[in-house]
Amino acid sequence: MSLAKITQVKALALAVPGDDIDTDRIIPARFLRCVTFDGLGEHAFRDERTGPDGKERPHPMNSAQAARIAAAKKGVMVVGFNFGCGSSREHAPQSIWRFGFTALVGGSFAEIFFGNSTTLGVPCVTLSKEDLAECDAFVRANPDVEVTVDVEKLTVSAGAKSWKASIAASARDGLINGKWDPIADLLEGADAVAKTAGGLAYVEGK
Amino acid sequence: MAKTLFQKVWEAHTVRKLPNGQTQLFIGTHLIHEVTSPQAFGMLRDLGLKVKYPHRTFATVDHIVPTNELKEPYSDPIAQEMIEALRKNTKDYGIRFFDTNTGNQGIVHMVGPEQGITQPGTTIACGDSHTATHGAFGAIAFGIGTTQVRDVLATQTLALSPLKVRRIEVNGKLAPGVYAKDVILHIIRVLGVNGGIGYAYEYAGTTFDAFSLEERMTVCNMAIEGGARCGYVNPDQKTFDYIKGKPYAPKGADWDAAVARWKSFASDPGCQYDDVKVFKAEDIRPTVTWGITPGQAVFIDEKMPALETLNAADRQTAEDAYAHMKLAPNTPIKGTKVDVCFLGSCTNGRISDLREAAKYLKGHKVRAGVKAIVVPGSQLTAIQAVHEGLDKVFTEAGFEWRGAGCSMCLAMNPDKLVGDQLCASSSNRNFKGRQGSQTGRTILMSPIMVVAAAITGQVADAREVFKV
Repeated sequence: MSLAKITQVKALALAVPGDDIDTDRIIPARFLRCVTFDGLGEHAFRDERTGPDGKERPHPMNSAQAARIAAAKKGVMVVGFNFGCGSSREHAPQSIWRFGFTALVGGSFAEIFFGNSTTLGVPCVTLSKEDLAECDAFVRANPDVEVTVDVEKLTVSAGAKSWKASIAASARDGLINGKWDPIADLLEGADAVAKTAGGLAYVEGK
Repeated sequence: MAKTLFQKVWEAHTVRKLPNGQTQLFIGTHLIHEVTSPQAFGMLRDLGLKVKYPHRTFATVDHIVPTNELKEPYSDPIAQEMIEALRKNTKDYGIRFFDTNTGNQGIVHMVGPEQGITQPGTTIACGDSHTATHGAFGAIAFGIGTTQVRDVLATQTLALSPLKVRRIEVNGKLAPGVYAKDVILHIIRVLGVNGGIGYAYEYAGTTFDAFSLEERMTVCNMAIEGGARCGYVNPDQKTFDYIKGKPYAPKGADWDAAVARWKSFASDPGCQYDDVKVFKAEDIRPTVTWGITPGQAVFIDEKMPALETLNAADRQTAEDAYAHMKLAPNTPIKGTKVDVCFLGSCTNGRISDLREAAKYLKGHKVRAGVKAIVVPGSQLTAIQAVHEGLDKVFTEAGFEWRGAGCSMCLAMNPDKLVGDQLCASSSNRNFKGRQGSQTGRTILMSPIMVVAAAITGQVADAREVFKV
């Protein structure tokens, strides 16, 4: 399985503010009633975007900027801290990715969400609190300026600005080497797997 | 060298180091359900792969089961499609399925322990963040995404990075009216909803030693709400007693060998932890949430926090929370009017929860205008409860008695809040919209506090209501 090497994502950006944004808010549970991930993109942040009366409410995902990102099928979402907490549902990063976002910049990410995103080839990089505030402000003030998330050099830059970014070393390695989906590596280890299994009595029901 | 249980289990299951620096970890037990597995089977088919160790994957159905209906075809055709997809997938690949007609169906995190599938010193993965529940037995149990479900099906392994270990010690005796649920809500309140990122939580101390396995499950269940991907308690005699005789428990000579092996996985005296936090059981009082994260909690006799006492980041989330919850800062939570009471979920839907709730409910009536439902987490729990007559206690008091499933913990079945109803809930998440209405409101609490709320029609202190 050959995957693209994801060294950088350069795209328009959208700030979606708030800390502790859980995966129920990213994709409400009723949209998990499905047997494929198709069509999840249009429901990303559905209940944040649409009121109980069915009318759109003010939310970054309803903006013209979001529509440009959806049309371009590439974009950078700038979020807060502990983004993607709660349920392990892969439907959450799937919906963000299918909407059109190809990278996330935040203060911190919940672990399962981070892993699910990486496996989709969507880098989630973090900035320091101060840099994130600056990045967030820049993105709001300059909607036409593309933001570059450089996974290899570990920077987020836009216009004349550049901020130092972090990402787990294993995720960076997987993304820049085109091995962000681990299945090929996992399949290669079949002999070693059999050896480990052989040493575990309970695997044979003992 | 002295090691933690986490380190020992990790080493025993390490296949090899991967090129990206992660560990290829063997997953001895894989649990699947109808929500996060169909896409994984789809990926498997697309890649032309088989299930590598079908006898190490176990399936059940829980999230979409209509606990009020229990008859197929379900009124929701998508729910019907999902259960049928799981039937087909488990049949095609030779996977054991605890279906609704087996008497063993239930919430996946209850089925594993009930069947004796959940064992100490093992690795467990499931496409559900509450998989940490199984850590109560001294297993390392991870919640995973759907692509990872594919990885486990195809290879019985995952690519993971090791976690740090934080020992959370609670010592002493809990006061009457204070339960395991209060302990974990308190821990999350103090350490924060993201305090556990990068950690496995080892729960220890005399309070945990005294806990039953079911109480330990309640605490481990909510590790993820504190940001920790897994939580565990070292196995002891209570653990072995719980497992003994269960359908998948080792038998005969294998049993003694298994117990010896299980004991060897417990953390060694003198092992190094990356962090240690110590709590006193006496300091913990009945705890309820007031906001939209499980960390936004207070003792029942406290006021909700004043905004000016919070730091800038917490304040923003709190303002959002107060607006959603329609509650006012610096006022008591006690006395808040309740519309719905939900007793159930993988956190508090076990037999001991139902027994404790019924003990206090007996002789009382649900307040007029309050909708109260009790949902045993599994069919075995339901059967046992009926055997003990608990169902009658609940129905005579005015609770609806339901079949087994996830029900109102999350809104994937007919049980949903309507409008801005406020729900006193024994579940694990108070996120906006979690219980099925965008404007619905959730207050998390222990089962006995849910019963107190049902009787009084408001958020109440069970210690006062029942004079405990």
